[in-house]
Amino acid sequence: MRHIISILMENESGALSRVAGLFSARGYNIESLTVAPTEDPSLSRMTLVTRGSDQIIEQITKQLNKLIDVVKLIDLAESAHIERELMLVKVKTTEANREEIRSMTDIFRGRILDITPVTYVIEMTGPSEKLDAFIAAVDPESIIEVVRSGATGISRGEKGLHL
Amino acid sequence: MELSGAEILIKSLEDEGVEYIFGYPGGAVLHIYDALFQQDAVKHILVRHEQGATHAADGYARATGLPGVVLVTSGPGATNAVTGIATAYMDSIPMVVISGQVPSAVIGSDAFQEVDMVGISRPCVKHNFLVKDVNLIAETIKKAFYVASTGRPGPVVVDIPKDITDPRIKVPYKYPKKVHIRSYNPAVSGHKGQIKKAVDLMLSAERPIIYSGGGVVLGEASKELTEFSQLLGYPVTNTLMGLGAYPATDKLFVGMLGMHGTYEANMSMHESDLIIAVGARFDDRVTGKLDQFCPYAKIIHIDIDPASISKTVKVDVPIVGEVKPVLEQMIELIKDSKKTPSKKALETWWKQIKDWQSIDCLSYDRESPQIKPQFVIEQLYEVTNGEAFVTSDVGQHQMWAAQYYRFDKPRRWINSGGLGTMGFGLPAAIGVKLAHPKADVACVTGEASIQMCIQELSTALQYKTPIKIVNLNNRYMGMVRQWQEFSYESRYSHSYLDTIPDFVKLAEAYGHVGMRIDKPEEVRPALEKAFAMKDRTVFLDIITDQTENVYPMIESGKAHHDMKLRVTATGTTTDRELA
Ligand SMILES: Cc1cc2nc3c(=O)[nH]c(=O)nc-3n(C[C@H](O)[C@H](O)[C@H](O)COP(=O)(O)OP(=O)(O)OC[C@H]3O[C@@H](n4cnc5c(N)ncnc54)[C@H](O)[C@@H]3O)c2cc1C
Ligand SMILES: Cc1ncc(C[n+]2csc(CCOP(=O)(O)OP(=O)(O)O)c2C)c(N)n1
Ligand SMILES: [Mg+2]
Repeated sequence: MRHIISILMENESGALSRVAGLFSARGYNIESLTVAPTEDPSLSRMTLVTRGSDQIIEQITKQLNKLIDVVKLIDLAESAHIERELMLVKVKTTEANREEIRSMTDIFRGRILDITPVTYVIEMTGPSEKLDAFIAAVDPESIIEVVRSGATGISRGEKGLHL
Repeated sequence: MELSGAEILIKSLEDEGVEYIFGYPGGAVLHIYDALFQQDAVKHILVRHEQGATHAADGYARATGLPGVVLVTSGPGATNAVTGIATAYMDSIPMVVISGQVPSAVIGSDAFQEVDMVGISRPCVKHNFLVKDVNLIAETIKKAFYVASTGRPGPVVVDIPKDITDPRIKVPYKYPKKVHIRSYNPAVSGHKGQIKKAVDLMLSAERPIIYSGGGVVLGEASKELTEFSQLLGYPVTNTLMGLGAYPATDKLFVGMLGMHGTYEANMSMHESDLIIAVGARFDDRVTGKLDQFCPYAKIIHIDIDPASISKTVKVDVPIVGEVKPVLEQMIELIKDSKKTPSKKALETWWKQIKDWQSIDCLSYDRESPQIKPQFVIEQLYEVTNGEAFVTSDVGQHQMWAAQYYRFDKPRRWINSGGLGTMGFGLPAAIGVKLAHPKADVACVTGEASIQMCIQELSTALQYKTPIKIVNLNNRYMGMVRQWQEFSYESRYSHSYLDTIPDFVKLAEAYGHVGMRIDKPEEVRPALEKAFAMKDRTVFLDIITDQTENVYPMIESGKAHHDMKLRVTATGTTTDRELA
């Protein structure tokens, strides 16, 4: 199953490599990983998407918790949560496909950020699945470049991941 | 008080109560060595190879429970230390390793003797630090000792760039009394509800067994384990790392379990209906084939590290906590309980176990004209009254020492279990002898292993650490040869050393006493003579039967009840079909 693990960790140079090293050393898979400082500059927040059986996910969270730099973590998939990912897509445009791409972007609630005579840059946010769906809908021939941030997320309700 | 970084480092070690530091100098740590020279509170032991420093510090740590301390230079000094760090990591041994680093300004420029020690050591340390500011040295050292020695212990590396220890830069010094790391809160007493649930299960078990490991030694809970086991009257088995945590001469003890465990220990595990795992981590050398592991048992597991629980084997009652307080609570509950273990069930269970014991799985040919390695260990046990500290290397000799030296006390059996590092035994013995100068210290080794850190014989002379090296010389990498005999139709590919040195001359060249023993009747007198030489290191080169194998053996991929047993002299196998 797919899990989104959200980690609060010390904002120190070695912290990221400790997490990445743990995943490669133990053979866990990482689908995506995003990290940035939080409102508290001493902490950064990492969101990591991984897949595995319940037993593997249990080991992953336990092993992450063992890292001294990890302050706290939650597995967002365990309860109601909101997931978002940012994607930028550069597509080739022609007389023939311009209208179609524009309307598709509208349907997916994306925005066109940049236009040249032969390209569009489209911005889109949403759960990773929605971004996948957009890519699947666009003619692959017209795609020049896709950049995705990796998923990030937050739990619903009053609870939150903080110190 | 204003001190330089180098002085702060040494003063911090002094204030931490460090007695010995095992090290080797080099460019990046010269400021530190200069500071060492000008004091005598912390004693430095100069080894002959940085691997030796880590193993000696490790031996000291295993024998005392205190963190071992190592000091090495950057680059090759640091990389030479890695094997010893990984050895300590796998067995959860507290250790603080200080490595020099190139000056801050040139880090990352492929400077002379630069390696990324923080990066290299990351997968085999509990934590590591790069000190970037002289004002942070004292606090970092305090943190390093705190992390290394609390919770599940482990090695911590502190990498210090040369400019941070510059003698010209002085800053105020104060060693912190306490440190707090917000993301690190070990030491837990165990969940009350889970402990109660475990005790209920224990009191209604019919075929229980206590499977205890290194966590009992590390957690200083031998006394509690003994009281707990005797209160219940249940059989106890120990892992290789747990030997000594429960007295081997006690009648509840059924020997070591696992790949080279006793027949009775492994059969009891297999047939059990309740496994009480105490500070043990279900290593693959213990479980054998996972899907056939303890098929009839519920499992209770006490461990300080949540990641050890249900890692390979799913457990029924997990208890995250220090063994000592958890066992204390269990003892109270058992004493207060109206329920007691079923006498009748336990009688039947013990009768079954006695039956397994009657196979006498550790018997060997005592009439052989050649020296049997098992016999040597038995004689060593008798000559030292079972009181020696015994270190070992890795191989058959290690298994024989574990099987035939009956350890009644914790911290007496000192070996590399998790990493299985050849070369560990001799330097570890030096560390042990420094920690316990009056005790008998023996290093049981093989002619291949001993050559991996033989240079430390020189250290043993310099620091007058009289140890007795018991070299079970079978002219083979015996453990490798055994696997090749069983699994590769006796094709002994590169498991024979063609040019074995004359160990007697070698010992003498290093300034020690050497003895060569090749007849069974010489073994006892030679050991007695060696141990009578209180102030000398003695190298006993004992020529043993080359063909001897370690039994019982669970070959890899097999289950506990599927053991290979010794074929006896009469040609009948003691192996038998079990229902
Ligand atoms: C050639 C060779 C053959 C081997 N054959 C065997 C064999 O036949 N049988 C065998 O048993 N081993 C054997 N081993 C050793 C094996 O590889 C493992 O090292 C060993 O089984 C692990 O022992 P352990 O489970 O006691 O764990 P350890 O490695 O000692 O780990 C201790 C456990 O206790 C926990 N712990 C630590 N402190 C505390 C505390 N205060 N409170 C609670 N929990 C704590 C830790 O988190 C950890 O889970 C062999 C090794 C070699 C090299
Ligand atoms: C550093 C290292 N290299 C290789 C091995 C693999 N290995 C395990 S036991 C062994 C043979 C040890 O031979 P010896 O020291 O003579 O002991 P014996 O088995 O003969 O008692 C080897 C090579 C190891 N454990 N450690
Ligand atoms: Mg050998």
